[in-house]
Amino acid sequence: MIRFDNVSKVYPKQTRPALRDVSLEVEKGEFVFLVGSSGSGKSTFLRLVLREERCSHGQVHVLGKDLARLSNWKVPQMRRQLGTVFQDFRLLPNKTVAENVAFAQEVIGKSRGEIRKSVPQVLDLVGLGGKEDRMPGELSGGEQQRVAIARAFVNRPKLLIADEPTGNLDPQTSVGIMKLLDRINRTGTTVIMATHDQNIVDQMRKRVIELEKGRLVRDQARGVYGYQH
Amino acid sequence: MRAQFVLSEIGVGLRRNLTMTFAVIVSVALSLALFGGSLLMSDQVSTMKGYWYDKVNVSIFLCNKSDAQSDVNCAKGAVTEDQKKQILADLHKMSIVEKVAYESQDQAYKHYKEQFGNSPLASSLTPDQMQESYRIKLKDPQKYQVIATAFNGRDGVQSVQDQKGILDNLFQLLNLMNRAALGVMALMLLVALLLIVNTVRVSAFSRRRETGIMRLVGASGFYIQAPFIMEAAVAGLIGGGLACVFLVVGRYFTIDHGMALSAKLTLINFVGWDAVLTKLPLILATSVLMPALAAFFALRKYLKV
Repeated sequence: MIRFDNVSKVYPKQTRPALRDVSLEVEKGEFVFLVGSSGSGKSTFLRLVLREERCSHGQVHVLGKDLARLSNWKVPQMRRQLGTVFQDFRLLPNKTVAENVAFAQEVIGKSRGEIRKSVPQVLDLVGLGGKEDRMPGELSGGEQQRVAIARAFVNRPKLLIADEPTGNLDPQTSVGIMKLLDRINRTGTTVIMATHDQNIVDQMRKRVIELEKGRLVRDQARGVYGYQH
Repeated sequence: MRAQFVLSEIGVGLRRNLTMTFAVIVSVALSLALFGGSLLMSDQVSTMKGYWYDKVNVSIFLCNKSDAQSDVNCAKGAVTEDQKKQILADLHKMSIVEKVAYESQDQAYKHYKEQFGNSPLASSLTPDQMQESYRIKLKDPQKYQVIATAFNGRDGVQSVQDQKGILDNLFQLLNLMNRAALGVMALMLLVALLLIVNTVRVSAFSRRRETGIMRLVGASGFYIQAPFIMEAAVAGLIGGGLACVFLVVGRYFTIDHGMALSAKLTLINFVGWDAVLTKLPLILATSVLMPALAAFFALRKYLKV
């Protein structure tokens, strides 16, 4: 699903690489936590997977494709198979819940019939059935994140990337979000989640990849958040 | 692509940037109106050339009695019948001369009265103060110089005049005006382009949330850029439409009504409506393509995939 071979990333005008010689593989259907302190390279890792950045050295394969060889105009096709969720939800404030989810389908040219069918379905899946016409501002943080997850999942991606999805939520709400991500994972979708949330990582007992100053320092199946935190 | 989605995005974008959109429309309208105006002016110059060049004369003015005292060229006295015959014979011998007409003092007086009838100078003038002249039509109007060298300084000839030379001054003036219009147009066009680039930039910035999401869910570059490009094109088209209205109204009020130049300057052939109408598609096409291209290049910088 994802394969990094000796990947390094140096941003222009910076001497210290954001990622150094990282090699790892994520299989189809896995649930992976990406942990590490701020500046450890988590975001760079995710940006490389999304091909928002290209790596400086090494090779990044996502969904069997070498991203270095993927031409710019094919990137959108690749991204349609990925779903992305962020800490700050990134919903459109002037659109309703249903419109926010539908937006992800409209802009890739899905037909109206298809949208009408899949939006209520995915909203039911994330537990927001009946709130289709609410505006994001009227919802709690947890509900907003569910909308964002619905939007990321509505196109049925093979890989869901979550960048600190519980970072703005209280522990109880976070548990709900994690249950939802777990359920999505059980449908066969690979989930890769960057997080700082120790409790969640410890409870879930999934594979943990830890980065420190750009290096891969730990890759542990059924791991916990860390020892020194 | 869903047309309705794109159209609603364009509407939202244009309204959000109302002041900028207005500035784009006005600057596009003015620059293209000037562009059309200068095209029409060149048309006008060539129409006028066609009209005058047909009738252009070289005139050989002959000495009269009063010239004999006042003009050095006529120091040997007024023109004689023999001299006139000789001049006419020489003219007929020249292959470049198509036609020669003789204007007597009485005819000259009559023509003068027609042209300047009410001026105080005309009322004090008598026919014997007028000059006799030969009005010559040349096969090639450019060959004026041949006549001038042949007859200037000859006994009985007061002067050889080239009407084309006088007209050229007029054309030079028109050309100068034309160039000034083109210069202003170029500046306005530059302003319009900069405004478009800036508008697109602001528009892309205010919608970065939407475009960010579009990128992440895999919308194609074209789908992301189309609303911005269409926005610029629609604003440009409105400007182009206004420019067309300016041109049509402008011709109507300067030539047909209002200033009514066609009634006042009957000697001049003005450009017809056909000349105006053929400019309109060009203006409209420019008004759409130019902003669309400007937007496209502006977006390459601000909306990367």
